[in-house]
Amino acid sequence: MITLNRRTKGEVVFDIVNNIGMLCICFVTLYPIWYVLINAFNDGKDAMLGGIYWIPRKFSLENFSAVFDSPGIMRAMWITVAKTILGVGLHVFFTAMVAYAVSRRELIGGRFYILLGTITMIFGAGLIPTYLLIKDLHLLENFLVYIIPVMFSFFDLIIFMTFFRDIPDGLEEAARIDGANDWSIFLRIVLPVSLPVLATIALFHGVYQWNDYFTGMIYMNNESMQPIQTFLYRVVAQSSSNLMMTAVQGSAVTRTVTSQSIKLATMVVTTLPIVFAYPFLQRYFVKGMMIGSIKG
Amino acid sequence: MENKKSVEVSPAMNPLIPGNFETGKVNRTPLWKRFVTQRHLQTMALLGVIWMIIFNYIPMYSIIIAFKEYNIVKPISEAPWVGLANFKEFLADDNFVYVMKNTLGISLIKLLIFPLPIIFALFLNEVRSVRFKKSIQTISYLPHFLSWVVLGGILATWLADVGIINNILMALHVIDQPISFLAEPKYFWTIIITSDLWKELGWSAIIYLAAITSISPEMYEAATIDGAGRFQKMWYVTVPTIKGTISILFILAVSGVLNSNFDQIMVLRNSLNDSASNVIDYYVYYTGLLSARFSYSAAIGVFKSVISLILLLIANQVSKKLNDTSLF
Repeated sequence: MITLNRRTKGEVVFDIVNNIGMLCICFVTLYPIWYVLINAFNDGKDAMLGGIYWIPRKFSLENFSAVFDSPGIMRAMWITVAKTILGVGLHVFFTAMVAYAVSRRELIGGRFYILLGTITMIFGAGLIPTYLLIKDLHLLENFLVYIIPVMFSFFDLIIFMTFFRDIPDGLEEAARIDGANDWSIFLRIVLPVSLPVLATIALFHGVYQWNDYFTGMIYMNNESMQPIQTFLYRVVAQSSSNLMMTAVQGSAVTRTVTSQSIKLATMVVTTLPIVFAYPFLQRYFVKGMMIGSIKG
Repeated sequence: MENKKSVEVSPAMNPLIPGNFETGKVNRTPLWKRFVTQRHLQTMALLGVIWMIIFNYIPMYSIIIAFKEYNIVKPISEAPWVGLANFKEFLADDNFVYVMKNTLGISLIKLLIFPLPIIFALFLNEVRSVRFKKSIQTISYLPHFLSWVVLGGILATWLADVGIINNILMALHVIDQPISFLAEPKYFWTIIITSDLWKELGWSAIIYLAAITSISPEMYEAATIDGAGRFQKMWYVTVPTIKGTISILFILAVSGVLNSNFDQIMVLRNSLNDSASNVIDYYVYYTGLLSARFSYSAAIGVFKSVISLILLLIANQVSKKLNDTSLF
């Protein structure tokens, strides 16, 4: 073993070059985000002159206070928070529940249920049929449109099912002898031991809910019910600086902020929660991705 | 279906094997009795089935509007059949050629750079310090978690007339006047491909990295004893072991050539770059929701799904023939 680890000169050169290459990739990955961050923390009028590359030139929290003072932006934030929390809770619980049932091999019709689900993964109905359904269900202009149409995913079911099938039978058997029914086994035995997979799916669906702007855009005309991403979409895609300034009107006039600097600050605020959350869940989702890719 | 299930007893449940008497007995009870015993489980499963019927199967039924002239004020059943008229119209549509050109063009370039995440995973695997390797991984996932809306905002900032890219190019005297990158069709594909690569390189590498870590160290030791260098080990040990993973992901990528990254297109497109940015997915959205031509839009969607399915089957067969790996 020791002799195998001794490196030749060529190996050393390879390692150095490889490490430098990896550092370059890290720099290219992080710098665009850093650039946004330093500009968001810089005085808005000053940032318009350009030339801020490494650290803020004129440090300021004005942009952020303008964001937090704007009732429009804050309401959109809360819509996002609400739909993410409710959406993730319901999606994880409902999908796990169905997955637990079909993971039990003695379930009558289990294979047929799985076949039904597999077909949905191959044929999607597409935008228009889905839109017509949402309209017929009276989910247009309804907060539930963020939650119910995505509360189940067969792809996530497969990840759950694979995990549940690996749980030792002994755990469930013991509970069954004690007289527990399938509901209490699912709630008290299966869910508590499935934390890694629950965390993975919660992260995936949480990111979807947090980042989704399209649902709010096509199913919700009432702008006061749209999430922050839909608001940002209108600002970014329509390059509408007016929209941004209207949102912070009043409080911002006397300030040093610009539409660009508030836009950057809003982007930072909407992104931070996810950026802080994912490293902690990393060891879970790597495994979840593996299961999903092999079985899916 | 149910009968077949009770016949197909897995070895563990085989009633003839002593100790599995309980399981064997259950299989001989009448179907309805077993159904009643598992009523809680059936409730759980059927709730999911009901959800799928409403949210997957009813829309699948509504696809028939592609073969009708549907008007939103009347129910689908009352709409007159028009056969393939909507499909013929799409093939004759003035926009058909450039919509297809953009969709396929962007996707084919993405297929060309398909190996990049594999190469990244291979070289990341060669990093010796475990802590450094983990840090790079964590950093490389970061962009995946940004929304396309936020990334659109970042790109708009970078590519603006007074943005950092124009600043650098002007400082280097490559250009005299700032370029409005997002307003010119000729830059659009480059922006799409580059930003997609930036966002997903690390994330796409996850699966390969996970596959690589499952390779036994003994294989590398054996290769070292045989005198293999780093590159030879990568090529003759690592790559063959993850070939299955690569094939499956490649099959999926091929079947997805008509899929565009809709969020990305939506964020970066505008009327000025439309000739390079209008793809099938956007055209479905444009004709359907913006112009309210439901039947026509649904027909374009069906056209896309059918071609994608055919491509999936072809790619699957080819992969089965070439290297014994297939999805089904």
